[in-house]
Amino acid sequence: MASFWKEDFLMALERLATAKDLNEYVKQAAKAVIAVAKTKKIALIGIQMRGVPLAERIGRLVESESDIAPALGKLDINFYRDDLSQVAQHPVLRKTEIPFSLDDQEVFLIDDVLYTGRTIRAALDAMVDFGRPARVSLLVLVDRGGRELPIQADWAALSRKVPKEKNIQVKLKECDGEDGIDLL
Amino acid sequence: MTTLLGKDLLAMKDLKKETILHILDTAESFREVSKRDIKKVPSLRGKTVLNFFFESSTRTRTSFELAGKRLSADVINLSASGSSVSKGESLIDTAKSLEAMHPDIVIIRHGDSGAPALFAKHTEAHVVNAGDGCHEHPTQALLDLYTIRKHIKSFRGLQVAIVGDIAHSRVARSNIYGLKTLGAEVTVVGPKSLLPSEVLRFGVSVAHDLREGVRGKDIIMMLRIQKERLRLSPFPSLREYAMVYGLTREVLSDVGSKALILHPGPINRGIEIAADVADSVHSLITEQVESGVAVRMAVLYLLSMKGS
Repeated sequence: MASFWKEDFLMALERLATAKDLNEYVKQAAKAVIAVAKTKKIALIGIQMRGVPLAERIGRLVESESDIAPALGKLDINFYRDDLSQVAQHPVLRKTEIPFSLDDQEVFLIDDVLYTGRTIRAALDAMVDFGRPARVSLLVLVDRGGRELPIQADWAALSRKVPKEKNIQVKLKECDGEDGIDLL
Repeated sequence: MTTLLGKDLLAMKDLKKETILHILDTAESFREVSKRDIKKVPSLRGKTVLNFFFESSTRTRTSFELAGKRLSADVINLSASGSSVSKGESLIDTAKSLEAMHPDIVIIRHGDSGAPALFAKHTEAHVVNAGDGCHEHPTQALLDLYTIRKHIKSFRGLQVAIVGDIAHSRVARSNIYGLKTLGAEVTVVGPKSLLPSEVLRFGVSVAHDLREGVRGKDIIMMLRIQKERLRLSPFPSLREYAMVYGLTREVLSDVGSKALILHPGPINRGIEIAADVADSVHSLITEQVESGVAVRMAVLYLLSMKGS
């Protein structure tokens, strides 16, 4: 990478969370799940793409910190998007794997960033096809405001209003090689 | 801006490698939908899909119908016999009158090569070729490629034999184009009377001896002897064909073959393929059928995206 490019890039970037911060957030999320889980029958559903490794990390912590072993699922919401006829390029399809019924489960939907709320709406639609959960809660790392639908996070590590032109980039070791949250 | 797939899916010949791979990747996601309790996603909700089959077919038509319905589309099945086509209405007039229904996708199977392309010129709908004459059957090739891909490391250099009535086979043509685009090497095998006269123009090798043709191949694709399509007699009898070109255990063990076997179906047991070969562990025939819906869902889904 040429250094002039790197400097330009760094000038536009604000690090909102370091790797250490992010891991602390994940710990807090796990604690929130444990505190709020009213039964032992809980399921963590990670929304593709970054919600999935997040859900896996939270799941491992929940299991080690309590006697609850959450079921783990992955959800790709692309088939449920409300903007299919407006997406000019082909979205990358990833795996949906929910190998258990959601009937009577306490479900925690997990994603990295909550913005317009349309992804969550699509996720709720998708989940209806997998059963009838007792309750669905939403856990995100960053709530950046800008909602276009009446959707809320039940738990967010960071809440920060971010204008449309800027972007929140959550980085996770599993897919980006490092942990961190940046504002671009 | 056009998407990867364009307005219609008429032929494998037109598809670039990246497009084929994208369709196969998309199909993978749709496989999971067919395993759910509620086998539906709302992607094509409210879209109208016409399944227009001028030639009889149960399996392809059902496969397309299921694909559309699992995408939440409204699927209407039309066949030539029940429509005004039997009263002599021309293809173009039929296309124009169907426009009144504002179909989003029209799936056509027709006995004449080129009919879906002609239809596509006279409709705003996306047109999918479900088999036209002896020309192409792109979704069959796509599901064959999808099935093969699950069992191989790479298409590059893959050795494939296609055996049977190549001359009359749209499945063979579509597969030849698709396989070559992905980098495989194809040998066609059959008696001269069943090979097109300019077959070398496809860029394939030719073998008239079955054992020579399948020796060293990774994939053997058997074609059905289409009794309904034979106007002249390309061979003395079905029995002779079966003896010379029928794929049996004996043939496979003579050449030490470990190839995977495909067949577009329906199979003529004991003619082009022996029953025990069709049911063997190397046979991917059942998988092919299972892949059909997922691949067709992928095609309908990708055609419906903006810009195509």
